[in-house]
Parts: sequence; C-alpha cells; structure tokens
Amino acid sequence: MIKRSLTLIFTICLAVLSQTILVASAQALDIKSTEFTLANGLHVILIEDHRAPVVTHTIWYRVGAADEQVGKSGLAHFLEHLLFKGTPKYPEGMFDRLLDQNGGEKNAFTQRDATAYYERVAAGKLPLMMELEADRMQNLQLNADSVKTELKVVQEERRQRTDSSPGALLGEHMAASLYLAHPYGRPVIGWNDDVARLTLDDALAFYKQHYTPANATVVIVGDVTPQVARDLADKFYAPLKNTFTPQPRHRTVEPPPLVERRVTLHDARVATPSISRSYSTPSYITAAPKEADALSLLSVIIGDSAQGRLYKKLVLEKKIATSAGAGYSGTQLDNGEFSIYASPADGVDMASLEAEIDVIIADVISQGVTAKELSDAKDRAQADAIYGLDQRSSFGGIIGLAATMGLSPDEVLAHIDILPTVTLEEVQKAAAYLDIRRAVTGLLLPEKNKKQ
Amino acid sequence: MRLFAAHTFVRQSVFIVVSLVCLAAFPMLAKAIDIQEVTSPGGIKAWLVEAHEIPLVAMNFAFNGGTINDAQGKDGTGNFLTGMMDEGAGDMDGQAFRDLRDKLSISISFSAASENFYGSLYTLSKNRDAAFSLLTKAVTAPRFESEPLDRMRKYYLQQAADLLKDPGTIASLAWTDAAFPNHPYSRRSSGTIDTLGIISADDLRQFHKTVFTRNKLKIAVVGDIDAKTLGLELDRVFGLLPDTPVPDVVPVVDVKTGLALKVIDYDSPQSIVIFGGKGTPPAEKQDYPAYILSEIVGGGASFSRLTQEVREKRGLTYGTSFSLNNFNKAGYSFGYLATANETAAEAIKVTKEVLQEMADKGPTPGEMTLAKTYITGSYAMRFTSNSAIASTLLAQQINDYPINQTNIRNDKVNAVTIEQVRDQAKKLLQADQLNIVVIGKPVGLGK
Repeated sequence: MIKRSLTLIFTICLAVLSQTILVASAQALDIKSTEFTLANGLHVILIEDHRAPVVTHTIWYRVGAADEQVGKSGLAHFLEHLLFKGTPKYPEGMFDRLLDQNGGEKNAFTQRDATAYYERVAAGKLPLMMELEADRMQNLQLNADSVKTELKVVQEERRQRTDSSPGALLGEHMAASLYLAHPYGRPVIGWNDDVARLTLDDALAFYKQHYTPANATVVIVGDVTPQVARDLADKFYAPLKNTFTPQPRHRTVEPPPLVERRVTLHDARVATPSISRSYSTPSYITAAPKEADALSLLSVIIGDSAQGRLYKKLVLEKKIATSAGAGYSGTQLDNGEFSIYASPADGVDMASLEAEIDVIIADVISQGVTAKELSDAKDRAQADAIYGLDQRSSFGGIIGLAATMGLSPDEVLAHIDILPTVTLEEVQKAAAYLDIRRAVTGLLLPEKNKKQ
Repeated sequence: MRLFAAHTFVRQSVFIVVSLVCLAAFPMLAKAIDIQEVTSPGGIKAWLVEAHEIPLVAMNFAFNGGTINDAQGKDGTGNFLTGMMDEGAGDMDGQAFRDLRDKLSISISFSAASENFYGSLYTLSKNRDAAFSLLTKAVTAPRFESEPLDRMRKYYLQQAADLLKDPGTIASLAWTDAAFPNHPYSRRSSGTIDTLGIISADDLRQFHKTVFTRNKLKIAVVGDIDAKTLGLELDRVFGLLPDTPVPDVVPVVDVKTGLALKVIDYDSPQSIVIFGGKGTPPAEKQDYPAYILSEIVGGGASFSRLTQEVREKRGLTYGTSFSLNNFNKAGYSFGYLATANETAAEAIKVTKEVLQEMADKGPTPGEMTLAKTYITGSYAMRFTSNSAIASTLLAQQINDYPINQTNIRNDKVNAVTIEQVRDQAKKLLQADQLNIVVIGKPVGLGK
C-alpha cells in the first residue's frame, strides 16, 4: 500500500539502535561505509551491500514536527505528503509513474526531529532517484486543488491512525502531559483544528525555510561503490545552491519534571485494559557518556518479552498480567523516553498491577541488576548486531536518523564498542531516572460501569 | 529417549542432492540466485540458497495443514498451539527452553494460517547446532503442561475479547460468513470465548499429531550452511515425524456472492468497508492475468485504479486495496477501504464504479505496459536479505511453483495479453456480485 507514512520510526529505531548494532566489535561486523560532504553542505553516506543489485536511497531533512510553529501542528507531515505533488520538470503524477516504471518501492515518513523520503530500486536506477530528489528539494510547484485534496487524505490518515484508536488517543494525552513546554508534546500528525486550517502558502513557506542541501543527509545502502556514489552526487546534488543557512535548532527546554502525572481513558472500544508509563530521560544526544547505553540495557533487563523482570514476575510468577514489557526511546534530539506497559490478567484490578510494577522498579533502583542479567542483555545485543547485517537497509535508517542529529556513522558504530563496557553501577545509576515524578502513567480502560 | 533416537536416523554421510542450480539470471539481475533442492538421507526435501557472507542461517517451513484442521467445536486450537511451542518440549520445561533460546539469541517462531502451519528459525552460525536441537524438541515433542496451558489460555481468551471489539475484524468475519456460509473457511481461526475455554492438552496433541507430518512439508533455507550439513539437520528436526497426509477436510466451494450491503453499527469516527466476491477457480491459482488485474485495480503501486480514484483524486481515504486470492479450494476477491462516516456512501459508489468500468472495458494498453514493467522490475526486491529470500522461496513452494520459478516468473508476466486480463475482469469484477460489509456509522446507508 502506498502510504505517505507517518511512522514514528524512532520507536523501531530505538529497539534497533539500543540493541541491534550497538555491541560486538564494529570492525568484526565488517560494515563498509563511506561518507563525504559536498561544497554546498549536503552530506552523503554510503553503506555497501553487494548481495543483491538493489539500492535504497533515502534523503533525510533536519526538520520534523518539533520544528513547527504553535498553531501549525501537522505542517511538517503535510509537506511530506505534498513533496509528491510535482515540479515543473516532473508534474504531478510523474514521480509516482517513474517509480512504477522502474519497479521501485517508495515512501516517506515524518518524525519529531526529521523527515525522510526513500526509494528502493535496481542499483542501475540510482541516477534517476538522485535526479528526482534533487529536483523536488528545490522546485516544488503546488496547485490549490491537489493541496486541498491531499489535506483531506491527511485528515483521513489521522482519523484512521488516531481518532479510531483509543490506545493512540491515550498516547497523545500522555505525550501532552509528559511535555508541558517542549514541542514533543504535540502529535506529529497535528491537532485536528490546526490541520484543517493549513494552506498552500503555509506549506511553501515551511518548505523554503527547511529544505536546502546543507540541511540534508543522503544515505545510500546497497550495490553501489564509493566512486559511483561520489560521481552521482557530484552530478545531481553538487549543483544545488543553498537558499538559506541552516541554524542550530532550539526548542523550548522542558522544565525539570516535578509532578506525578496520570491520564485515564475509558472507551467502549476497549476490551482488555492496559497500563503504560513513560519516564522522561536523556537521549543519546543529551545523555552523559554511557548513560544512554545503560538505559538501553536496562530496558532489555526490565522489559524483554521472555527474560525481562516485568514478564517473569508479573506474568509467570505472580500471574497478575498477561503481557508486560519495556522500551527505551533514545534517538531524539532533546529528550528520551523510557516506557513500560502491562495488561492485567482477568479479575486483577489495575491498582494492584501498578503496585507490583512499582515494587519491581523500586527494586532495580535500590539494588541494581545482577551480573548475569547484564551479561545476558549484552550477549543478545551482540547477536542482534549480526542479524542487523542481514537487514542492512534498516541499519541505514539508524545511520540516517543519527545523521540528522549530528552523529556520524563512526559515532553510531562506536556504541557497538561502548555497550560491553557498561558496568552494574552505571546501570543502577541510570535506573534513578525511573522516578515517578519524571513520568506520566496512562490507563486504558473499558467503558465505566460495564463488566469487563 | 525419542530425541536421541533421531540421531540414529542419519546412518550415512552419503546423501542425495538433486542440485537444480538456477544459473540463468533473470533479466534485471546481474547475479543469479543459486537454488539447490536438497534431499536428506531420510528423504526430506528443502530448497537451499547458500550465503556465507553473513554468519547466520534462516529457515522457513510450512506444514500442509492449518486452522481449518481444528476439530469441530474446538476453533482456535491451531492458533493456541503456536503459543505453546516455547512452553516446554522434550527434556526441557518452558523456562529452560526459553533460557537457552534467548541466551544464544536464537529466534524460533510459529504461526497458524488457514491451510498452512508456519515455522521459522533464525540463528547465528555459531549457535546452529543448539538452534536445530531446540527446534527438534519443539517440533517433535511439545509438552502441553498444565501451568503454561492455563496461562496461555487466559492470554488467548483476552485476545479473543479484544478481537470482538475490533471493527476491522468484525467486518472481515461478517464478510467471510457471507462468502463461505457453513464452510470451514468461515471458522474462527483465533477461537471464540466458548471454544478457547474448552480446548484441552489432548486437543492440542491431536492437532499436532495431525498437522505436523512430513507429507507435503515445505522448507526453504538461506544462509551459512551447506547442502550436506543441511541434510543431516533436516533429518534431525523432521525425520521422526510421520509421513501421513494431513486430512483434506475442505470440499471445493464457490464463494457466495451478491450481499449488496450489510451495515454493522459501531461507534467510531470512520467507517471500514470490506468488499469482495468472485475469484479464480482453485485449479487456476497461478493465474498471471488475474495477478496483473489485481495489481492494476487495487495493488500497492501508484497506478492502482482504486488508489487513484478514491485517494488521489477525491481524498476520500488514506488507504484502499483490492486483490484476487485463493484458498486451496476456493477463489475470492477481497478489498478494504476506510473513510469518514460522512463519505462512506460516496467511497463505496466510486469503488463500485471503478470495478464495473474495469469489468466492462478491461485495462488500457498503457496500464498493461506499466503494470508489467512494475511487476517485473520490483521482483528483485524480494531477494535482498536472507530472511526475505527464505520467505519468498517458501511461498513459491506452497504455491506449487517449480524450482526455477525465479527464472521464468518475469517471462510469464510479460507473456500475458490484454485480452486475457480483460476476460478475467469481465468474469470477476462485476460490481453487483460483490459482498459489501460496512462497519461504523456510515451516513445515508440504511441497515
């Protein structure tokens, strides 16, 4: 299905970044990567994979939902949809047609800190992909009718992904509660009222403010040599001129967390209740050395689907939950999130389940984790690194997202060597972030006064 | 113990490898996929692609039975079984099994579809022996002990309760009930609250005994393993299974059509529409004209008529799709659309017009060219990782394609004529034969 997709890929990347490639020795993984920067500031990264004559080309722009002005939420995502609506050289429909004619897959996604557009084609078609991306980086031409129609599509998307999903609606409220001031509190898809009033002029203004070579990173994964990558980048991207100078991004700094937050949603569409909690933590960008790596290992130790403390204690031992887990989302510019979740077994009340979760968390904070738990978590991450070689375009996704946050591939790969060095003390220290005053707890419940 | 007896099966190191090596590259690839058909000393067959650059092995396999083999009144048994496969097997209880699996980062998983029961193994080369050992236990000797049985029963009961409130599921089941009334294809594969309450360990054992046989077992392996070693592993994992055919419990059936409109009231801002009817007969399930027709009408490429008319031109949906499909004993078409309640009527009207237009006139020559170019050009994307290749090769075996399918598939697509597609469209896409189910609060559509 073609979707101009609003995947919050950082939640996938978090699992991948935190666990997948960040262990074992970087050299042993034999990842051939090359990078260079053009005179106009466009940054290019090549990750070679010669197993099949296919290439994935992704262009990442250093702009996301958190860069929107108040009152124009959803604009970054709307513009992502509109990037497909034509240029003078390739009028509306041509981009899609060319991809179809070349047997290519394509999609795009918007996140809080980045917007990315990718195509996957036979390696020989890379020149055409670069030509198309270079063209629509600067020559977008919109008409009122297609903007109007695409706005309806975006509204349908929100209706399908969010408004029809009680879990997604609760998630929006949790984010709004976790971030009082920082724009991460706004949904990437935008609030309905803001979206309904977005215009063609809004989109073009945002485009001109954020889309320029020096604000972009191109990641190429596949059957391409460094020489070919450089020659093609010189041909298609080097002639582009910057229309503005990108500035460092500043978003309102979230005040230090002070209060325990709780949001509860009763909805007739809910059958099995669930509890989730998000703690505000540092991200890979804002953390002290090894802090984010420690949080990532902690999330595995607490939340692994079979070996984690939550699953073992709540599901297997006490049998008060039917599922339980945790995750660390660290690939964000300004802040990270550590989340936990569980669903109660039939007949168990939410307060009891929550109390047991709090016991588990308190224990980790006061006692830390065991040497075996830490060692097992490191082993699993090491293995995931090798599995990641098989799914190399996913690896390219991590590299691209990291690049938008100013991290080079070497810096990303360095985490592979850092993870095995994380100590028990460092993990216990990281657990201090799991303080209820840093968190919002969300309860998703069936309709009130109805039997479950 | 039975498990150790498995090793005596492998008496010789001499074995038969029928190596049908596909060397001719298909048009757009510079490198060929080299597929060997391996036959183990015990006679178990697998398709193997050796790939030694990355030290891992991916194996996907499928037994020739699925949820339609649930016993009467025990809907959900096959699905339940998938959750029991890591809850104790052979000489290991559930915790011991999972501890070893997770310590070595081995991935073993199972899923149950209507007519196939799938398994997959993903392991680093260095843990290969342990991985195949664990898989052998799971495949040949699951334990079904009472504590995990009780725990997983509660898990599946919750899942069933969730599905009862999921509008997409409710609508799909209503469509299936209309299309295949009183037929195994409309059974509740995830189970119901009633059936899940009574499925016993014996029921699971019986399902396992019935479905886990070597008869028509399909296996695809891609990775760091050679044919000889694979042969030995195949015998270890599957050699002790019986060779009895899985019972054929399904009569050939024509999909029932013509349910013009069924509205299910559900409080949601959007309506979900499920629409579908006739498909190609089961004997024609490799029908290339039908496949091209599917792609043109409702596939994933931009030229899909439904995407163009419903999404691109009118902005009525974020996603719509339509395809022609086959069970083993029935063909059917199946389409999906989600839209605001206020626009449901219009979206349905446009959808029917698109299908009828295709039925009346068939595709344009331009569409045929574009569809063929896209379909042949995008084929290579299925072969970009070991796990993707394993998955693709398994699907090809299940669909009874020959081992040189990767070589001939694009030629077969290119050989399809516009008349053939037009004929299929006329036979299959008449709008008045569709069964249409809408769930939500669609404005202007009476019940």
